[in-house]
Amino acid sequence: MKRSITRLLMAPSVIMLLVWMIIPLSMTIYFSTIRYNLLYPGQNNFVGLMNFEFFITDPGFIPAVSNTLILLLSVLIITVVLGVMLSALIDKPFFGQGIVRVLLISPFFIMPTVNALIWKNMMMNPVYGIFAWISESLGFEPIDWLSSYPLVSIIIMVSWQWLPFAILVFVTALQSQDTEQKEAAQMDGATGLHIFRYLTIPHLARPIAVVVMIETIFLLAVFAEIFVSTGGGPGYDSTNLAYLIYNQALLQYDVGVASAGGLFAVLLANIVAFFLIRAVGKNLTV
Amino acid sequence: MTLNQQRKLKTILTGLFAWSVALVLFFPIFWMFITSFKTELQAISVPPSLFFEPTLDNFRIVQERSDYIHHAWNSVVTSFGSTIIALVIAIPAAYSMAFFPGKRTKDILLWMLSTKMLPAVGVLVPIYILCRDYGLLDSKTALVIIFTLMNLPIIVWMLFSYFKDLPKEILEAARMDGATPWDEVVKVVLPLSVGAISSTALLSIVLCWNEAFWSLNLTASDAAPLTAMIASYSSPEGLFWAKLSAASTLACAPIVIFGWFCQKQLVQGLTFGAVK
Repeated sequence: MKRSITRLLMAPSVIMLLVWMIIPLSMTIYFSTIRYNLLYPGQNNFVGLMNFEFFITDPGFIPAVSNTLILLLSVLIITVVLGVMLSALIDKPFFGQGIVRVLLISPFFIMPTVNALIWKNMMMNPVYGIFAWISESLGFEPIDWLSSYPLVSIIIMVSWQWLPFAILVFVTALQSQDTEQKEAAQMDGATGLHIFRYLTIPHLARPIAVVVMIETIFLLAVFAEIFVSTGGGPGYDSTNLAYLIYNQALLQYDVGVASAGGLFAVLLANIVAFFLIRAVGKNLTV
Repeated sequence: MTLNQQRKLKTILTGLFAWSVALVLFFPIFWMFITSFKTELQAISVPPSLFFEPTLDNFRIVQERSDYIHHAWNSVVTSFGSTIIALVIAIPAAYSMAFFPGKRTKDILLWMLSTKMLPAVGVLVPIYILCRDYGLLDSKTALVIIFTLMNLPIIVWMLFSYFKDLPKEILEAARMDGATPWDEVVKVVLPLSVGAISSTALLSIVLCWNEAFWSLNLTASDAAPLTAMIASYSSPEGLFWAKLSAASTLACAPIVIFGWFCQKQLVQGLTFGAVK
């Protein structure tokens, strides 16, 4: 087939994505250099880098960046480490495997707003929540999770959503592991721990890479969980970049500063993506 | 203990362990479901009550107060609409990249995926302003367009990784028999990849159904899908857990049940076929 036809087939996707990327991004770049507050229309003079200065010196900036990274790394570590261990432990036939699989994956299908509301109210509420009831039954003071440990609470919610995904990917991957190799290792006197370390982990390298990549795409953009549960607070304790920018744009109506923040978020995502694609790219077949 | 007994014991222990992990992870969903049948008083009783007389009142109130059917319809239209449009655009692209790869195919694919890495907040303001200027705020049209573009990279990539594994000989044979490119796609490629296309579609539907960033920021009431409807229950005034649970159960049930039936394909799909 001619090159021109193959190009033609690709064109709609490529052009639409280019437009989707370029138009909003160039608008963001333009807005970030002018004074643009929805409360003061008509005063849109060029201000250079002032919006960036405002955004970076905002008291919420440093907490937002570190919260974004802490959230990303903690959820990645929790889901990958727990995911690998749990999947290795349940990777044998047992009673009711099908039902367990279905129960395990369910949290992945719960929408983020519902996820946050269930945890905020029914699990973590300091008076009526299940956690409070458990700690009281054990004789401890109940903890007010959302105000005492806001970021930890968000991490728990997000991990709950993504751990099932990790487990299921790893379990699926383990099923293709070479059992003969494992048996041979056992014959040679390898312990379970050795097999896990030298056979299972290397076998999981590629699935781990895939899980890390997909989760990162979604974790850098966590928004609904924060929006619904803590509202970024108390103070900036659970504000991430996405929430800080939303706050600037739609609550303080400062489009200029929000755009500068948006560009910063793009930059951060690119830095993460750069390292990630280098680490993971090898493991993705194209 | 004989070796056989040991093995049996191991199976039982594995089973017990797996079941307890699954039950712990599933518990919040179970609790939400149970609470939706309680009265408001039972919902906040301490210690939590497990046995009670179920009531359907909450579901009726949710429908009356926030018109569940209306929002569910919005969710259905936006997620199915955008998935169909995205498939129509993505299939030709994936086909041409898989069967006629050029020097830059790999770069184009990576670039597509990188647009997915662009955080939505980075373009929130311009999109919001564009929607406002074109009268698309709180409209299903805006959500369909955005959802389509949002999932297009993943859909192209997934279809590409399936198409790539189709045996090339079949296509060559079809061509020898005088099939036009159109015949080739419609009569050979598509029938062979029904499974792949449907699991891609499923994943896209799930992602759209649960999408919250754009639906929270761009809709108010007319076009608000279920994700946005639920957020309106987050108000701190009073504890209405039973109603909240009923609304949440209604919002999640369709997609969770849908997901149960196709979880295997979904995982395979979401990992770009890298895990089989």
